Amino acid sequence: MSAFNQFLMQLINGLNIGSIYALIALGYTMVYGIAKLINFAHGDIIMVGAYISLVLLGTGLPWWLVCLLTIIACAVLGVVMEKVAYKPLRKASRISLLITAIGISYLLENLFQLIFTANPKPYPGFITLPPIVLGSITISSNYYITFIVSVTLMIILNLFVQKTNMGKAMRAVSEDEGAARLMGINVDTTISLTFAIGSALAAIAGILYSNCYSPINPTMGSLPGIKAFIAAVLGGIGSIPGAVLGAFILGMVEAMTKAYISSQFLDSIVFTILILMLILKPAGILGRNVKEKV
Amino acid sequence: MLKVENLYVRYGMIEAIKGISFEVNDGEIVTLIGANGAGKTTTMHTISGLLKPASGAVLLDGTDITKVPSHKIVSMGLAQVPERRRVFAEQTVEENLDLGAFTRKDKDGIKKDMEEVYELFPRLKERRTQLAGTLSGGEQQMLAMGRALMAKPRIMLLDEPSMGLSPLLVNEIFRIIKDINQRGTTVLLVEQNAKMALAIASRAYVLETGKITLEGTGEELARSEQVRKAYLGG
Ligand SMILES: Nc1ncnc2c1ncn2[C@@H]1O[C@H](COP(=O)(O)OP(=O)(O)OP(=O)(O)O)[C@@H](O)[C@H]1O
Ligand SMILES: [Mg+2]
Repeated sequence: MSAFNQFLMQLINGLNIGSIYALIALGYTMVYGIAKLINFAHGDIIMVGAYISLVLLGTGLPWWLVCLLTIIACAVLGVVMEKVAYKPLRKASRISLLITAIGISYLLENLFQLIFTANPKPYPGFITLPPIVLGSITISSNYYITFIVSVTLMIILNLFVQKTNMGKAMRAVSEDEGAARLMGINVDTTISLTFAIGSALAAIAGILYSNCYSPINPTMGSLPGIKAFIAAVLGGIGSIPGAVLGAFILGMVEAMTKAYISSQFLDSIVFTILILMLILKPAGILGRNVKEKV
Repeated sequence: MLKVENLYVRYGMIEAIKGISFEVNDGEIVTLIGANGAGKTTTMHTISGLLKPASGAVLLDGTDITKVPSHKIVSMGLAQVPERRRVFAEQTVEENLDLGAFTRKDKDGIKKDMEEVYELFPRLKERRTQLAGTLSGGEQQMLAMGRALMAKPRIMLLDEPSMGLSPLLVNEIFRIIKDINQRGTTVLLVEQNAKMALAIASRAYVLETGKITLEGTGEELARSEQVRKAYLGG
């Protein structure tokens, strides 16, 4: 393969993993924007989505129904998680929230280990289309489907947040919760909706990820979850375009590092980027430098 | 229309409001004056449901709203222009006005009211696509008022609308408050600018460290020795 083609392949790899990170990072950033909470259990929703879709596929349902039911189940899980674990702690300190989030993450991982064992399970690549041939390189459908689905969802999400009343309400709550209440916005509903959307996107990420990288296991969500969190911080946590930008940058850095530097040190390099970023520009690339609210 | 009965509000151990009672009748402008830390904002937040009182009642048209969630209070016809305006800085002027109408479903009515707000504040119309955070202090105050009007309230609460504005703008803001009242909206106005507030108020109350110490018509209080000494500079 020519050097240029190899570079092109890495570019495509980067876009693919970047779009998965973006779907996950959106959930982190939206929840943080509204509830001022890092939901560390968010990555595990990917795993939940992967297992639910695997079980549903076994029942012989059509692929689109499997996707739909998985998305709904994960959205419900996200809302329940907020109501049961986070809502009672809304006035608690950040550290209690963080500990709770880590607790939920372990709970989900262990629960699924109990049900499905820790052994990896093969995941059928059930969403396939013919590959695209560009000269001497062939792009398998896994790659372009992930990219197209993610970008479409991001465009829809952006339209929703920018144009609809509910989207304006979400932005209002994220900026000033008290003032939002004075507008007659139901903050609880807005927070639930945010968790539902974030978890739905994570479910889709779970399906797309498993579709590309079979097999699946109960801790599969934690690494992409952490990477997506890094992407969200990189872009500026709370910012939607920031999360997308951060995710694609991270995806690219990963693909290029793997190909040209070292796949062994991949994760250390990624974490180094996070630390450097936090030192150089704590608010992230597109983050606003907000003072803590009093 | 609005009646506050023996209201107590606490922040942890601190009792900020110690048993106040007052009322605002249909069509009135009632003002609540008091120094820094008297408990004016606390009272306003409690009426709007952002704070829950330790005891006492807030009656809106006879119904106690102290247990009603804040978002429902807005649809019952009570809107507030909060202290320091609190416009949504990262949204445009027009988006802020849309948010003011969040509880309403009548699209045509909303459109009509937006035109009315733009008529009342032509400067907002010129800046409709501008981010609210880039407006001047006076313009932000106008936006906060326009935003509250978009809820089509029967009673409007204003918390220190003249804060930080030039004398010229203060006059303008008070003229508009009077105008809003004459178009049929009842007004509860909190102010430190006692002189201006008493001049437009039908009735007034003086709040001192969580207690109401004086009440009367705007004129009466403007003449009262106690008020002149404490709030009108002698
Ligand atoms: N969040 C809070 N926690 C604790 N105490 C508070 C809080 N908010 C207000 N207070 C206290 O309650 C009292 C009343 O405050 P409030 O803001 O209602 O006064 P105010 O009359 O609006 O004053 P200003 O004219 O300065 O706006 C003050 O003593 C204040 O320190
Ligand atoms: Mg105040």
